[in-house]
Amino acid sequence: MTRQAIDIAHDHLLAPAGLETGSLERVLDRMLGHAVDAGDLYFQSARHETWVLEDGIVREGSHGTERGVGVRAMAGERTGFAYADDIELPALEQAAGAARAIARAGQSGRVAAWQSAPRAALYPAIDPLATLSDDDKVELLATCDRVARAADPAVRQVIASLAGVHEVVLVAASDGTLSADVRPLVRLNVAVIAERNGRREQGGAGGGGRCGYEWLVTQDKACEYAQEAVRQALVNLEAEDAPAGTLPVVLGAGWPGVLLHEAVGHGLEGDFNRKGTSAFSGRIGERVAAPGCTVVDDGTLPGRRGSLTVDDEGTASACNTLIEDGILVGYMQDRLNARLSGNAPTGNGRRESYAHLPMPRMTNTYMRNGEHDPGEIIASVKDGLYAVNFGGGQVDITSGKFVFSASEAYRIENGRITTPVRGATLIGNGAEALTRISMVGNDLALDPGIGMCGKEGQSVPVGVGQPTLKLDGITVGGTATG
Amino acid sequence: MSATPVETAPASAELPAPEALEHVIEQALATATRAGASAAEATASAALGLSASVRMGEVETLEHHRRRDLSITVFFGQRTGSASTTDFREAAVAEAVEAACRIARFTAEDPYSGLPERERLASTFPDLDLYHPWALDAEGAIDLALACEGAAREQPGITNSEGAGIDTHAGVIALGNTHGFLASERGSRHSIGCAVIGGEGDAMQRDFWHTVARAADDLEPAVDVGRRAAARTLARLGARQIATTECPVLFAPEMARSLIGHLVGAVRGSALYREASFLKDRLGEAIFPAFVRLHEQPHRPRALGSCAFDREGVATAARDLVRDGVLQGYVLDTYAARRLGMATTANAGGVHNLTLEPGEASFDELVARMERGLIVTEMMGQGVNTVTGDYSRGAAGYWVEDGAISHPVQEITVAGRLQDMYAGIVALGNDLDTRSSIRTPSILIDRMTIAGS
Repeated sequence: MTRQAIDIAHDHLLAPAGLETGSLERVLDRMLGHAVDAGDLYFQSARHETWVLEDGIVREGSHGTERGVGVRAMAGERTGFAYADDIELPALEQAAGAARAIARAGQSGRVAAWQSAPRAALYPAIDPLATLSDDDKVELLATCDRVARAADPAVRQVIASLAGVHEVVLVAASDGTLSADVRPLVRLNVAVIAERNGRREQGGAGGGGRCGYEWLVTQDKACEYAQEAVRQALVNLEAEDAPAGTLPVVLGAGWPGVLLHEAVGHGLEGDFNRKGTSAFSGRIGERVAAPGCTVVDDGTLPGRRGSLTVDDEGTASACNTLIEDGILVGYMQDRLNARLSGNAPTGNGRRESYAHLPMPRMTNTYMRNGEHDPGEIIASVKDGLYAVNFGGGQVDITSGKFVFSASEAYRIENGRITTPVRGATLIGNGAEALTRISMVGNDLALDPGIGMCGKEGQSVPVGVGQPTLKLDGITVGGTATG
Repeated sequence: MSATPVETAPASAELPAPEALEHVIEQALATATRAGASAAEATASAALGLSASVRMGEVETLEHHRRRDLSITVFFGQRTGSASTTDFREAAVAEAVEAACRIARFTAEDPYSGLPERERLASTFPDLDLYHPWALDAEGAIDLALACEGAAREQPGITNSEGAGIDTHAGVIALGNTHGFLASERGSRHSIGCAVIGGEGDAMQRDFWHTVARAADDLEPAVDVGRRAAARTLARLGARQIATTECPVLFAPEMARSLIGHLVGAVRGSALYREASFLKDRLGEAIFPAFVRLHEQPHRPRALGSCAFDREGVATAARDLVRDGVLQGYVLDTYAARRLGMATTANAGGVHNLTLEPGEASFDELVARMERGLIVTEMMGQGVNTVTGDYSRGAAGYWVEDGAISHPVQEITVAGRLQDMYAGIVALGNDLDTRSSIRTPSILIDRMTIAGS
């Protein structure tokens, strides 16, 4: 964490209410007088904006502001939580009083001296909303519309949206943790509807990261995303019914890494494993993927959508290996679950906002490169599916069953990519699916910065990635049974 | 054991008076008018809540919720901008109005934008009986959650638990615009839920049950919720994949809800004017068999989706969305209605107790009638394309042979096209699920593709 972040956080969050770090210490001290093992205060301010183009005009724009403080008190496995959307001492004290009620009055602890983990910021401490003029934001969206409509006469509708968030957080915990983070986040998306011979299909593309807007202009991303959205829609206009049944599937590099997020990622979060409710519980040291498969969760990639300089509990993010050469080696932890399971926090404690409790969450989850050329992988399949774009996915942690839905896929016949097929959901068993990986490509790619992950009603931005992979068999939910 | 919390108050203790929110709205509208806006509308809401969760007989979390939000939309002629804030102080409200006005300087003229027509705004406000705050303190909430989870865990075969939880919320929402509309509505919502696990290792299964209502008296007893969660989990033990096939599919009521949700998505104004709907141009046509009726009941007392006015202040009214299987209308707000050359259907913010009229048969009778096929009790993933109607989702449930459940099923997909699924409904159950603003009984569909081994 840079000095800069803590200064910005102080100015944004504490100074307007006349609060100093000394006042936070007193609030935490009082909380520890209630047989509370640990407590923390999470101050947050967020400003966000969205601009939407449809029918060739930017007809909608919105701006939002949220600020508040969440107070958490932990005693054993119990957590008391309250929050206030005023950052003012009386509201803070009232929330602290409600949170600490989880524990009986009793022995008193003492807040440790403040300490900040030295950590270089992984993204600039900027307000991304101010990195482009409003005129240029409108022009960026207009470019998406022009490029998409010029790309093909079949394009009927173009919807483009630009969104930015400027978030400032400060964490003060009873163990002396004092951390701040300034988190920019931007995203540009293009969706198109194409129509030909009475048939309509959609395509979409987008990207973003923890940075300002200006790279979207300098790297001509409007043009790239618009053309990609049109390309997908045109492919889908030619799509035939997808096959139904279990068959070999080759997954493309990049965003198809949503496979890892669903098949193993959620199942390796520390809360489920402490409680023994995950299909991966108690399986450290066991084989859960084929040899050659190494999966990491890496919050330290500069500027990525899922990256965090420090997590929402003030722990520095890390590159945590989850699966090494096919063997399960680690879980992702927040502080509560780390403490209760006798592990170290891994920098995965995340929360949607001050009004939500933290829990173990993914950051950027990806598989490292293997040795196969992607062309060689395709050529090895006699009859199968090649899936390169996906919508979302979901997993049942306990049974391990997971799904993810292809939005662009092709048949592979005799080692060659042939007909495009309609969207279909793929379903598998998390502890087993990765053991059926028979080839890992050498073309690792990360997604373009579009992922959002939901867990227990809380949404956080995440990233995924992988090289091209071949799964020897997975169930494909099409309609063609012949 | 249970905790002995202190210093906690009933959830409804500090809920702001509706007049306080109305005052914030008047202030926001006046600021917008002073800034030169030709029209404006604002919504303010505040809610208080308490959530308690227990797991394995111990308190896990106790959360006190206190949320509020103001959103404002301003119009400068046909240009529009909007903003929101969680801070109700005068300076913060003024900042939000300023942000909305700034955006309106950069958005384009849109001939369809603007407030609803004055005559469509609600002028009568029936008492819908939606506000029943629950005087439940933290200790009471914890005791109920413990009873709920305890009832589940005492069932033989239950091996682990994700816990049980109680939520109680009370809120007030106020809405006003520069046509002179200003109104507020109070409501409460309470729920009890439980999720438990049976089996060990690779054979583990989890399921859950929950009850939700406006008034605590209308909730299922906590102990029943726990027992039902346990029964659902135990019934799934031994689930296996089945071979790829085509067969009839019976969607349990809570799953059937999503099928009607997809219909709402396809007849929503934005999907229609974007030409992004498989039901485009189907108004007045049969999209279901003739016995299907789908109607909206916004004034139903105590129902979860009831309201006297929508999120634009437009008066709500009962109507048929589908009658005799024929699509009678769309789901529109003012903007979409104008673009389509139609009138708003008072659906800004969503549908209000959209009810699929139940049939005569019990669930068991439907199982017997199906003879051989699949019962779906859980679905996973998105897999639904509103543009084309293509449908493919992960599923779990039960295989039916000779009109009776044979064994639980998992790791399969159900696929088809929504237009064929709607047309292929052969029967509806008498088991209406009222736990949502979309109310559905079980639905039996003649044929879908199941992908498995």
